[in-house]
Amino acid sequence: MAFTLKINRTPHEVDVDGDTPLLWVLRDVLGMTGTKFGCGQALCGACTVHLDGRPVRSCQTPVDNVGDSAITTIEAIGQAPQGAALQKAWLELEVVQCGYCQSGQIMSAAALLKDTPKPTDHDIDAAMSGNVCRCGTYQRIRAAIKHAAGV
Amino acid sequence: MDGPILRGRIADETAVSRRAFLQGTGLLLGFALTGASTESVFAAPASRVVENEVTGTFAPNGFIRINPTGAVTLVMPMAEMGQGVYTALSMLLAEELEVGLDQVQVQHAPANDALYANSFLRIQTTGASSSVRAFWTPLRQAGAVGRNMLIAAAAKRWGVDPATCHAKNGVVFDASGSKHLSYGELAKAAAKLPVPPAANVKLKEPKDFTLIGTRAKRVDSSIKIDGRALYGIDARLPGMKVAAVAISPVLGGKAKTVDEKAALAVKDVRQVVNIDEAVAVVADHMGAAKKGLEAAAITWDDGPNGKVSNADIVKQLEEESKKPGVVARNEGDAGKALAEAAQRLEAIYQVPFLAHAAMEPMNCTVHLQKDRCDIWVGTQAMALTQSLVAELTGLPKAAIKIHNHLIGGGFGRRLEADGTVLAVKIAKHVDGPVKVIWSREEDIQHDMYRPYYFDRLSAGLDAAGKPVAWTHRIAGSSIAARYIPYWFKDGLDLDAVEAAAKPPYALPNIHVDYVRVEPPGVRTAFWRGVGPTHNVFVVESFMDELAHAVKQDPVAYRKGLLGHNPRALAVLSLAAEKARWGSPLPAQHGRGISVQFAFGSYLSQVAEVEVAADGSVKVKRIVCAVDCGMYVNPDTIEAQVEGGTLFGLTAALHGSITFKDGRVEQSNFDSYLPMRIDEVPVVETHLIKNAEAPGGIGEAPTAIVSAAVTNAIFAATGKRLRSLPIDPNSLKSSS
Repeated sequence: MAFTLKINRTPHEVDVDGDTPLLWVLRDVLGMTGTKFGCGQALCGACTVHLDGRPVRSCQTPVDNVGDSAITTIEAIGQAPQGAALQKAWLELEVVQCGYCQSGQIMSAAALLKDTPKPTDHDIDAAMSGNVCRCGTYQRIRAAIKHAAGV
Repeated sequence: MDGPILRGRIADETAVSRRAFLQGTGLLLGFALTGASTESVFAAPASRVVENEVTGTFAPNGFIRINPTGAVTLVMPMAEMGQGVYTALSMLLAEELEVGLDQVQVQHAPANDALYANSFLRIQTTGASSSVRAFWTPLRQAGAVGRNMLIAAAAKRWGVDPATCHAKNGVVFDASGSKHLSYGELAKAAAKLPVPPAANVKLKEPKDFTLIGTRAKRVDSSIKIDGRALYGIDARLPGMKVAAVAISPVLGGKAKTVDEKAALAVKDVRQVVNIDEAVAVVADHMGAAKKGLEAAAITWDDGPNGKVSNADIVKQLEEESKKPGVVARNEGDAGKALAEAAQRLEAIYQVPFLAHAAMEPMNCTVHLQKDRCDIWVGTQAMALTQSLVAELTGLPKAAIKIHNHLIGGGFGRRLEADGTVLAVKIAKHVDGPVKVIWSREEDIQHDMYRPYYFDRLSAGLDAAGKPVAWTHRIAGSSIAARYIPYWFKDGLDLDAVEAAAKPPYALPNIHVDYVRVEPPGVRTAFWRGVGPTHNVFVVESFMDELAHAVKQDPVAYRKGLLGHNPRALAVLSLAAEKARWGSPLPAQHGRGISVQFAFGSYLSQVAEVEVAADGSVKVKRIVCAVDCGMYVNPDTIEAQVEGGTLFGLTAALHGSITFKDGRVEQSNFDSYLPMRIDEVPVVETHLIKNAEAPGGIGEAPTAIVSAAVTNAIFAATGKRLRSLPIDPNSLKSSS
């Protein structure tokens, strides 16, 4: 089936089965490899993208559920003020280690700050506990979110 | 940070066609042509971390490339998997080369043992927390050689004595400072000079370091926050197919039935490859490949290991551990001292199989052609990977091109080349390049596991409570015997006994031995912290038992045994002080201590825990004192202490791989639990500065944390945990 996806404000035509996860459309069909595959079961958050500003796990989002929603990926999140502030904080606090989960971490954090500009520790736990980091950068992720939010 | 320094340059043919391919997708994020040179130049995504051989006009050794445009490239012999090695090794080179880190780009080294072997491991392998230890001197020498030659070239041009010139930030100055030439301007002339022997160049005194020892920024951060960083799984080639794979759930099994027709009926599926041990479905994208694999409804013939179970494996270890092993250490007369001791203790400790579960699932892209084989993968083991692919394809090693990548978490998993070997076996049946990606379930169920160890200990105490006898028998699989034979001497696995054969304490009569027991149907491998992950848990827990048996404070008791070991005593004292050891805690809270010497570094940790009435454990704070000798970047060390501690803590709280009917019972992050942000304690690092030789840091915090936590649980509850993971049921207040 043919779909027109609005990704980072640009329309993209793809022809795949409707049950194909958005993750593989982004990565394999369109070559946007910033969004990562981690678990395939929405358990780790590495594949997080935004649909109309809401964080979703693209590994469990069939492409025919996307409809007209605007998709934002890590490649463009820096164009949003929250994304830019988070990326800056990520660099200043040296958050990354292997970096593989960080696309998803930043996407989840950007959605958090959009809804909750001044998050508490509890808000951070609630928004970020779906994102796994095996390098254990959590302490710095928390600090960087607060740094970006100015709390 | 972006700007002209963000140049990636790839010169080989494949890269050029890859550029064309990526351009076609319209997704290139940045291009920066360096001009001047005739070689193909490419930066996509604009990156300071690039792939493969880059030629430079000035290339005095394997690590430095400077071309006339002034582009400085540092070639990284070790793999970056998050541990910060690209930054640390760049700092070692840049310190002596006299360039700023913001002036360089770094690139993955190709496979070349002659140029890039790790002197510690004698091969081009990243592991054993050895990178800084192995390259501390060679890379500073390499940088100094480069600087000396550039200065010599400038001095020659000016007709002055090189000794009167100096270099800074990639520029050579004469004595007055009025004349100066950039490294780019000097590159051609320097390239014509003889290369001085590395051992003859004078290195800076540590007091003169301007980069080493500073909190320099990581060189790979900027590309890891916006999707530009390329891991092996991100490899893309013209005409590439993607394969999903199902491996026999039982080691040694074979595919019995495969519904190829159903798989091929799925849109965008191109091919089914059955190699008995595994079945791959090849498609245009992973969505189709996975759907096709499911449609194939594979059934398996389990083969000889279909009955393997954890219960049997543990029973075998229990039996074998009753027999004497190969002696790792024997001093004094432990048997006699034990017999004559005022008090005796015995204990059995056990630790489980563990998976690595790195965030980037196993993957490998292969393009096998008649006369060459290209591999795109993130690997810790360049040399091994190249050798195994050569063997498998019958091609000479020089025809095997390993394009290494950033690794999305290694932890020892990428020391093994099994994923690449499997991908090559599949690629033999595929026309054109194919990327094989394992599902998370395949990744966890076909890992090579940290061995299950079964330990027996005994100790004898004198009337004052001091240990006069100590015996420790370790039973478990030997990874070294398979992987690194010179660590396996006369039946003794030096890794399996590390930190057990030589605990930091004064133990006058000590006997430590090792019994090799290989579990059937289970592949074992190194795991972050290797031998010490299990030994430090065992030794430090048992030491705690001794202190409590004689009703002494665990810190004071250890101090009494460390008089001869000032560095261990110093980290212990510092951790205890910073954690406010001895200050009051609420009910159900406890503090625990552990100390270790491993990977060339001294660490001590204090954990503070709270155990609820239902037995659930909350680790609230971990204080870690570190003496890893001279260090390169304190921020990296803190990051490794934070991350390494959580890696070990995750295993202590949740980690266990078990077998039933030959199959691994865990499959994804809902059954092999990672630690999440709402569960993590604060980790504090306190670094001791001294002039001792550099020690390793990537694995040390992983090894030390379990004992600190279980000792804290004992302090909180009076319950001694002698096996991992921690079982909350055993800690219920009513039990």
